[in-house]
Amino acid sequence: MQPILQAIDVHKAYAAHTALSGVSLDIPERSIFGLLGPNGAGKTSLIRIITQITAADSGEIRVRGEKLNPRHIGQIGYLPEERGLYKKMKVGEQLLYLAQLRGLSKADATQRIKGWIDRLELKPWVNKNVEDLSKGMQQKVQFIATVLHEPSIIILDEPFSGFDPINANLIKDEILELRERGATIIFSTHRMESVEELCDNIALINRSHKVLDGSVRDIKDTFKTQTYVVEGRGRLMVTHPDFEVLEHKERENGHFYDRIKLHAGTTPNDLLRYLIHNVEVHAFREQIPSINDIFIRRVQETMPESLVETTPA
Amino acid sequence: MDKIWLIIQREYLTRVRKKSFLIMSLLAPLLLAGTTIGIAKLSGSSEADVVAVRDESGQQLLQHLTSTEDVRFVPATGNSLYEATTAFKEAKPKQQALLYFPPSFTLDNSKGIQLLADGNVSLKRQSNIRKAINKTVGTLKMSRSGLNQTTIDNLNANVEMDAVDLTQVGGRKNNVGATTGAAYVLSILVYMFIFIYGVQVMRGVSEEKSSRIMEVMLSSVKPFQLMMGKILGIAAVVFTQFALWIALSWGLTTLAAPLLADSVRKSPPVAAASGVQEATADRDAAAYNATTATAPEAPTVSTSPWDFLDGLPVATIIGGFLFFFLGGYLLYSSMFAAIGAAVDDQTDAQQFMFPVTIPLILSYIVSINVIINGDPNGPLAFWLSMIPFTSPIAMVMRLPFGVPLWQLLLSAALLVSGFIFTTWVASRIYRVGVLMYGKKVNYRELSRWMFYKG
Repeated sequence: MQPILQAIDVHKAYAAHTALSGVSLDIPERSIFGLLGPNGAGKTSLIRIITQITAADSGEIRVRGEKLNPRHIGQIGYLPEERGLYKKMKVGEQLLYLAQLRGLSKADATQRIKGWIDRLELKPWVNKNVEDLSKGMQQKVQFIATVLHEPSIIILDEPFSGFDPINANLIKDEILELRERGATIIFSTHRMESVEELCDNIALINRSHKVLDGSVRDIKDTFKTQTYVVEGRGRLMVTHPDFEVLEHKERENGHFYDRIKLHAGTTPNDLLRYLIHNVEVHAFREQIPSINDIFIRRVQETMPESLVETTPA
Repeated sequence: MDKIWLIIQREYLTRVRKKSFLIMSLLAPLLLAGTTIGIAKLSGSSEADVVAVRDESGQQLLQHLTSTEDVRFVPATGNSLYEATTAFKEAKPKQQALLYFPPSFTLDNSKGIQLLADGNVSLKRQSNIRKAINKTVGTLKMSRSGLNQTTIDNLNANVEMDAVDLTQVGGRKNNVGATTGAAYVLSILVYMFIFIYGVQVMRGVSEEKSSRIMEVMLSSVKPFQLMMGKILGIAAVVFTQFALWIALSWGLTTLAAPLLADSVRKSPPVAAASGVQEATADRDAAAYNATTATAPEAPTVSTSPWDFLDGLPVATIIGGFLFFFLGGYLLYSSMFAAIGAAVDDQTDAQQFMFPVTIPLILSYIVSINVIINGDPNGPLAFWLSMIPFTSPIAMVMRLPFGVPLWQLLLSAALLVSGFIFTTWVASRIYRVGVLMYGKKVNYRELSRWMFYKG
């Protein structure tokens, strides 16, 4: 299937630093795509190129195989990390204005605004100025503005920052609902727990380079270390030609907790067979790296000299 | 194009709906009408200055000092200078000053004359009094040298002169007062409105920037559209305000016209004087018309408050004013927009506003000296009204004096290319500046932004 959005060898440099060097991405349709990276890695630069706020120095972006052009503005919804609304404008008018700028007709926009207002319980606030709303309320208004024109590509930059847990869940459900209805969601964040929960695919950008991409499951598979956690009772042999005990903890009554790494050519079943013969097994599970671990590992690998990124976004 | 129209609408409506806009629109014409009536009342009741004269020279000067329209001389009361000083202050009707001739004063030694008053005596008043004394001393000297009074009267020429503007249809009498007044009023309007609304553009941009809505906006519209939408939306606000003011002032002044006419009738000296002037003017105009073989105009006597517009190229002035105001506004407001985009908050804007406001202020001050007080068609006036940064003010100031068509067109063309240029420069700075946060900018930085790609 043709990816809905492709970045092909995108370069972007500012006066003082390089923001993107040769970044290529394929974003499949109807997926939730996580764009990850430390601050200043180039995420926002890439998003600004996709949203046509700036242009790439070289390389190109394709939407459904077509070179990015102003007609695509109406197909893209963007919720920037730095959020703002016109403070002295009424909520309803503001939504109408932003929707019309995205190419929606007045009648269509009015109708859809009504629907969303009811859905997100903003009815009492429609005729209030934005400055009278709480921050959470403003975020909801902004979210509505992002999706009102029913874009097929929705870009959310740190969407959950500033939401209380209840509203964050509300938004999360809306995001999943939008995908159900056919939208592709690009998610830029460094909050890993939301990535594992929501994303189908991720790309990791560090210091202007893409250092990793693929589906979450594939990436986790790649980063598996053949390490298993075993809990049980008995005495485990500390050295064995097929595996290595990384960590061993003695508990009371002969109970133990071990982390065991398999050597090449050994399967988990081999280990299990060995265990069954020697100890009483209470628990046996593979230790799967979290995206967070992978993220930190990759970032550290690609950043040998310092762990702290100081270049501003 | 749809989008820029939406932006213009928003900028326009949010401003026009504000209470302050309504208040300004109503208050300004009221103030204007109020001051017009006030000035009429004041000038209607203004009488000649009364100057008390204490003459210790024994030259019988008071008898010879002839009172004029402007100054009336009366004898001072009291037996000493000190008494006269206190007496003139309490005199009724009010006396403006005390003129003192010392005992040492003779026709050949005219030193030591003093004009005593509470506070400063205006230059005009001083010059009126000096003229009267000069004339008196001159007359006295002439009669001392043996000329009789009739000869002296004949020698004293009493010249009257009317300036006739040949560029006007039928060679109308030149109305310098109205011309100068119109030049002042129009140019100060251009200056004020460019400044006030230019700063509004700047504040609008920096509010958008600090409310962080820029990124959302820019993912929908081009930076240029956003900037021009704001500038044009505010321009529409200005023109709405103008239209309201003109309509309201016209209404109010028309209502107030009977009041004005009353106050004119109540002040006989001025009315009489102007009556004489009008008669002379009519006669002269008729004479002139006769020689140029055009139909003599019927002498119209009207009390409309818009009489002062007679003799001015009104259509050119209004058209020119609107054009040059709009051009100047576009030129300057785009620079203000760039400043608003470049800085993070408005306190930082000061340093960048300076170079933008300097040409504006200078063109106003220099233009007054060169055009109104100097030669409205001289070379300096010409250049001031050609350079796009000064022409909005200088050309509008020259308009009432009459400007050749080719100069108007050339200046207009230059202004258009001027604002296309500044708008281009401004939009380059704007598009980078609006997304740049937390960075102290300087001029070098700004000039670099102009050459950023994309």
